[in-house]
Amino acid sequence: MSLVITDLHATLENGTEILKGVTLEIPAGEVHAIMGPNGSGKSTLSKVISGHEGYVVTGGSITMDGEDLLAMSIDERSRAGIFLAFQYPAEVPGVSNANFIRAALQARLPKGEELDAVAYYKNLYSKMDLLEMDRKFTARSVNEGFSGGEKKRNEILQMMMLEPKYSILDETDSGLDIDALKIVAKGVNAMRSPQRGMLLITHYQRLLDYIAPDHVHVMAAGRIVRSGGPELALELEKHGYDFLKEAELVPA
Amino acid sequence: MPAVLEHPASLLDSAPETPAAFPAWFAERQCAAWQRFLDLPTPKRGHEMWRFSSFKQLDFSAFARSADVSQSTSLVQRSTALESPAAKFVFANDELLHSESKLPDGVLCLPLAEALVSHGDLVRSHFMKQDTRLGSAKWTALHEANLSNGLFVHVPANVEIDGTIEVFHWLSGENTAIFPHTLVITGANSKVRVVDYFQSANDRDPGLCIAVNDLIAGPGSKLDYLAIQAFNEKTKVIQVNETGVARDASATGFILNTGAAWARNESLSRLEGEGSRSDMLSVSVPAREQEYDQRTFQHHVSPGAYSDLLYKNSLYDTSRTIFSGLIFVDEGAHRTDAYQTCRNLFMSEDAEANSMPGLEINADDVKCSHGSTSAAISDEEIFYLRARGIDPVRARQLIARGFSVEVIERLGDEKVEEMVLRFLDDKFSHIASGGA
Repeated sequence: MSLVITDLHATLENGTEILKGVTLEIPAGEVHAIMGPNGSGKSTLSKVISGHEGYVVTGGSITMDGEDLLAMSIDERSRAGIFLAFQYPAEVPGVSNANFIRAALQARLPKGEELDAVAYYKNLYSKMDLLEMDRKFTARSVNEGFSGGEKKRNEILQMMMLEPKYSILDETDSGLDIDALKIVAKGVNAMRSPQRGMLLITHYQRLLDYIAPDHVHVMAAGRIVRSGGPELALELEKHGYDFLKEAELVPA
Repeated sequence: MPAVLEHPASLLDSAPETPAAFPAWFAERQCAAWQRFLDLPTPKRGHEMWRFSSFKQLDFSAFARSADVSQSTSLVQRSTALESPAAKFVFANDELLHSESKLPDGVLCLPLAEALVSHGDLVRSHFMKQDTRLGSAKWTALHEANLSNGLFVHVPANVEIDGTIEVFHWLSGENTAIFPHTLVITGANSKVRVVDYFQSANDRDPGLCIAVNDLIAGPGSKLDYLAIQAFNEKTKVIQVNETGVARDASATGFILNTGAAWARNESLSRLEGEGSRSDMLSVSVPAREQEYDQRTFQHHVSPGAYSDLLYKNSLYDTSRTIFSGLIFVDEGAHRTDAYQTCRNLFMSEDAEANSMPGLEINADDVKCSHGSTSAAISDEEIFYLRARGIDPVRARQLIARGFSVEVIERLGDEKVEEMVLRFLDDKFSHIASGGA
């Protein structure tokens, strides 16, 4: 049981290649972190996995527990078990957070079956309590007027409600103060399970102090250039990305 | 040989007869209105108030009034919207089918046909006192000439009505025309909410509705009026709203358009006293070839008044909307606060929205703004919803619903907002099912 990315190539619509052969396996039960400088393709990778239509996959494959993800639409991938916690979550005016999450859960039920509203709210409130989110967030429009930290917490709330098989968290630590970071990490850690794989995309070691990864990868110029254990993140923190050989940062 | 008519004569052919029970002044007005209808020219190209309009919609020769209501029992049963309204009236083809009321003593709330007889002077002093300024003078004259019923509400000073007065107007039978009128007068510091529901007995029969309402908000009163237009897609509608707001009074007018082949709304609010406030709201969701043509006028007669207009359209398929709004500040109406916004959300590349916001200011020290925006749903919003497993059709629907919710929330009453959302959701499921 793994999310397997093999020699993945992807370009922008204008043909500019961003991913230049990414190979990565995230087995269920493990937490992997991808670090790397700006523009290395980390966020693109997360979007391509979730099916963003602004990118064109020109080569390679992505499979989830053996299923071909690239053959699925954005919403099919989500229902199949992929979750992306957005770096910049969209605002959806006029749609309450509670109705939004409810619609996402409803989309996972067979046609004609209605979500049990009482059980839903009970579940929602318990997750919100864990993330120390005020109840008023259920009635507020999705992400509208939310602070950076509130948006990130809301992403984790959605992840907890949707219980995906594989979660990709894109720069979830950016815009969080230390208290908010701890709360978000608590939510993520609560979701760790032998059945679930996670991919953390981050710039800084800071997040990894609270969510201990099993493996750390470094991405540069559209490729994974180095992989290792948690110590790799500490090394990066200490020396920056300069310790990577110039050759690794430049596409061959 | 006696003339045998297979079809009733067109309503445009001869002067309608005023029922004998109605007072003489009313018969005279109907007679004069018919003459005015004949004298006024049919709007045509080049008329500023009809810019972008579909003139082909203005052929009403096929329609006639009809007193024949076949399924009256089922129409009464279908007349449910809010739980336990303060009063409820059901009309089909302008005939009263049902009424119920638990209004406090002193409130007059009765069919206009009765009010003309029992409270003729009160009706006379408020009935259609203003000129139709937004283009439909010929059609409001036709309305006045043909008027036979509607609702009359008079709330005495200091009486607050909890809950809502509901009025159902059904169109029944092929090529039937109705002319419903709603006249609401609030005394000083009183409060009332009235909802008109416009619906068709079936999805097949074409109909015509020319409705007028007079809303007269007395000093310090609160008058909320909603029109839910959910006719079948064969029907044509002209609806003219006339609102006068006295000192410290507040009037909210809301129009939901989901039905009709073609609907023309003309809404005029006159701010007549210091501290008066008018909220003019509308939500329209046209699909297929539906067309909504809306004209508004915020008339600041008095200094120190406030008006705020927010119209939102979500346009599907090859539908069309027209919005033309004017904020008009009279000389001397200083310290006016007036806002006007029309926003269009394109659900299809083939839809067309025409917006003509306008301002004319003849006073100093005013705060006014007007604007119009048109946009398609952002790809990033769609991606976000789809990345949560919501299919694209539902994702777009949720966003369009949310877009409309921003207006509906201004109604400030949870039950009423839920009722409006039910009509809106009916429309969205109608669209999702291909409109069969």
